[in-house]
Formats: sequence, C-alpha cells, structure tokens
Amino acid sequence: MTPLVLTLHQRPAQRLDLSPLVPHLLAGKSAMAIAQIELQTTRMRVTVGDAFRLRMGDAQHIRFEGACDRLDRVGAGLSAGEIEVAGDVGIQAGRLMTGGRLMIRGSAGHWTASGMKGGAIEITGSAGDYVGGPLAGEVAGMRGGLVIVRGNVGAQAADRLRRGMIIVEGDAGEYAGSRMIAGTLIIRRKAGALPGYLMKRGTIVLGEGALSPTFADCGVHRLVAMRLVAGYLKPYSKPVSALLRGPLRRFAGDMAVLGNGEIFFGNES
Amino acid sequence: MRTLTVKGIRIDDTFAEAFGMRATAVIITADTARWARQAAITMTGFATSVIGCGCEAGIDRPLDARATPDGRPGVRVLLFAISTSELQKQLSARVAQCVLTSPGSACYAGLAGEESLRLGNALRYFGDGWQISKRFGGTHHWRIPVMDGEFVCDATTGLTKRAVGGGNLLIMGRSAQATLAAAEAAARAIEKVADAIAPFPGGIVRSGSKVGSKYKGVIASTNDAYSPTLKGAVKTALDADIASVLEIVIDGLTSQAVADAMRAGIAAIVKLGPKRGAVRIGAGNYGGKLGPHHYHLKDLLP
Repeated sequence: MTPLVLTLHQRPAQRLDLSPLVPHLLAGKSAMAIAQIELQTTRMRVTVGDAFRLRMGDAQHIRFEGACDRLDRVGAGLSAGEIEVAGDVGIQAGRLMTGGRLMIRGSAGHWTASGMKGGAIEITGSAGDYVGGPLAGEVAGMRGGLVIVRGNVGAQAADRLRRGMIIVEGDAGEYAGSRMIAGTLIIRRKAGALPGYLMKRGTIVLGEGALSPTFADCGVHRLVAMRLVAGYLKPYSKPVSALLRGPLRRFAGDMAVLGNGEIFFGNES
Repeated sequence: MRTLTVKGIRIDDTFAEAFGMRATAVIITADTARWARQAAITMTGFATSVIGCGCEAGIDRPLDARATPDGRPGVRVLLFAISTSELQKQLSARVAQCVLTSPGSACYAGLAGEESLRLGNALRYFGDGWQISKRFGGTHHWRIPVMDGEFVCDATTGLTKRAVGGGNLLIMGRSAQATLAAAEAAARAIEKVADAIAPFPGGIVRSGSKVGSKYKGVIASTNDAYSPTLKGAVKTALDADIASVLEIVIDGLTSQAVADAMRAGIAAIVKLGPKRGAVRIGAGNYGGKLGPHHYHLKDLLP
C-alpha cells in the first residue's frame, strides 16, 4: 500500500489550512480533484497543486514532506487511517480528531490536539501552548485519545482536559493541567509555575515542579492504578512507564476549586 | 444397560445431560499469589449449586504475573447462574464482600462477552465520592480508596449466554478410599482444563441428587439409585461390587469446555486404573428431555 505523498514546494507566502487533507475526505478522489482543493487562509487563492507536489497513493495513509510551521490544522478531524508529517506544523494539528494516527516528525504549534476525541498523536519535537486545550468559547478541551510529545510543551498543556491522556517526555510551561475536568497528564521532567491550577478532577504526574499551597500532601504510595497506566504506556514511552512504576507522592487538589484532582511526583525514594 | 470396558474400567453407555447457563469471569490479582488465591477462594465459597447458593463458582486457573492486567499474580474465577439478573446479583455481592475486602486485591474483567455485567460500576459508590474513573486503552477502571491504598476494579465484565452447567461424571469404586482416589485424580485433571470449573468441595460431590422428593416442597432429594447402603432396598443402579459413588459436576463457558473437562476426567480415572481407583464410570441424566446438551461417555473415552 503506497502512501499518498504531498511534498511542499517552498515555505508558503501565507498560512495554509490543511484540514481538507484527511483520508476520509480524499478517499476516491483523483489526483486532479485533489490538486484543486483550496487551502488558503487569506483572499489569495492557493490550491494543493500550487503548494505541493502530489504523488498519488492510498489516501488511508497520507504523508507530508518538507512541512513547515505555516501548515495549520494538519490532520484536523482525522477519523481513521494515518497521516505522517516530516517537518514542523502550525497550529491546531489533530484538532477534533476522532480516530486514526497522526505522526509529526518535527514540532507543532499551539492548540495541538485541541478538542481531540480519539486516536493517537505523536510529536517527535515539541508542541506549543494549550496542547489538547479548548478554543475560546469552548467548554471542554480534549476528551479522548492519546497524545505523546517527545520534547517540551508550552503553557497550559491539557487545559480543560476532560478525558484521554497527554504524555510529555520533556518539560512543560506554566499552568500545566490548568482547569482540568478529568483525564491524565504526565510530564516526565519539570513543569513550570503552578501545575494543576484550578484543576477539578483528573491526574497529573510530574517529574518535578513546585505546587500551589492549595494542594494537600497525601503521602508516598505505590498504586496499582499507576501500574496499569505504566503497562498501557510501555509500548509508547519506556521512560514514562518507568517513572510510573516507582513510588509516587500524591497531592490532592486544587482545593481552591472542587479538589478531587491529584498530582503525583515521581522520583520519590 | 450395555457397558464398555476400557483398561478394566466399565463405562456405562449413557450420557451426561446439561443445561444452558449464564456465565461470567473475573480476574483477581494481589501483591502475592497467596492473597490473590485467598480472595478467589473466599469469593467462590458457598457457590456449589444454583439450587441453594444462587450461583456456581470456582477457580478456573491461576495466572502468572505476566498474564494479568496489572502485572501481579492473579487467579481467574468463573461464575455461573441461571439468569442474567441472578448472575449480576451474585457477582456484585461476592466481589463487594470477598474481593474488595481482601488485602491488596484488584478485580478485572475475565471475559470479553457479547454483553456486559456491572463490576466496578456497581461497587464505585463505596468510594463515597472519592472514587476515581480512568479510561484508557479501551478499558474503564474505577479506583476506590480503601484502608490499604486503592481497590482497582474494571467498570464491567463480559457475560456469555452460551455457558453450560451440569456436565457430570459418576465415579464408582469397590471402597470409599479407592473411589475418592479416582475422583481426586479426575478433579485435578479437570482443574487444568481452561474455561471449566467443578464447583463442589475440591471439585467432588458425594450427595448426588434426583429431582423431587416424597416430601412436599422439597425439590431435590438423595439419589437413592446410586446410594450403596440402599442397594437391596431400592431399584438400584449399582452392581454388587460397588461400595461408594462420587460425582463430579462440571460447568463450562462453552459446551466444548465441558466436553474437554469430562474427557480429561475420564482419562485421569482410566490412568489410575481399577486396582487403585474406580471400577465403573457413569453419568447422570434426566432421560434427555430436560437439558439440550448431551455428553455421551463413549464419545469422550481416552
């Protein structure tokens, strides 16, 4: 099964909206029809044919080559199949995804996995602010699926997370897990200021970081639930799996709101 | 009745008659194999017969740490009942009273059935608002805080409507000791068969029953035709040389599992031989009109 390959000619003069380029929207389309799909975000018309060199293949597996940070909404609404990206992407990659797999061999912009419902996203580089978060006016952020960022993430990762799991192998910016409704956020290294800010429920696991005084120390534990998560994550991230298998110090909070959330600190001896 | 002889053991030309049942399975784990087993033994206690216990339950097999969801040693338990609602009632009560209470335990779905029964979804209220729901990898777990940490429990487990209950072997010998030796050998062999249990004490029942009684309101009474002390007084099914009869009752998740278990049991009895064990093997039925599953002994010989 040869993938459908789209190679970017050059860095585009304007930001492009790549949300039409997902498997279920391209299925059954000819090369000519695909080349005519419009991608512009300004009044200047830009089609797939203008921006990319197209090599036809099975639309269930789409590959972008030579990608850059002006390509927004890559894999938005992906429901099945696979999208692979070589290079960086812009904002809202994988937004409202419901299934399938999005693999970005590069870094992603803000609102990656925003409102995601299912499927898996892997980013080998770093991601911007609001990973999984809602757009302005939306009540909840990500509500299902798995996001793995091998590098760092910006501020407010997992903002208003409702369900699903976000794994960061590097550091996180300030307010990681802000306003979480439920779900799981794991930061293997260091989180910035005030992780779990106003979280209601849900689980955050941190390598290190300083908490707000509205989190209450519940002692060091080795929990079966964490072994289950570790087992589930082992194929995706060995270091994170190892972090979860160790003893973890549990803090309950954020007591400024509901207080049914929890933050675990790894590397406790 | 015509009889067949295999290595000196007489095999009755008859069949075991079994019934359709509802069944489910759970996996119980703990920090050690001993405590996983303890929780399973407690949960499957007083679960020998649906007539008086509401369900029939037993340990299917111990599970290695690598074969359980949380990487700790575990045990797979099977539960059988005559209706879905009774099975649900028994499952909830037994997990709540016997597994939740056992040190370090966790409880997971042990069957991917076409329908599901509530497991953690019924127990979570014990958490009094502190319970935590976690969904990942296609499963839904509940975490319930308890005095030694947390009780982790899958939200649901599977239900099968294709289960079979009442497969059986009647093991007859020249002495109580020899008959018990044969029955023990059969029970040990059946323990190893996947998806099947023998719910009676140690897998063996000595008070086989017949339907009905001379007393009003008693639905089952002693199987006088197989009681050696009544040999001369009733229309007996026993030969002159039979001094003791023990029965093994088998429930399985599938009809195939029951047949496999009966085959394994017969093979073990035959292997032990008539000198140290049983001299005759029979099976119980109701004339073939009540139960849809018939297991003919002659088809199950080693």
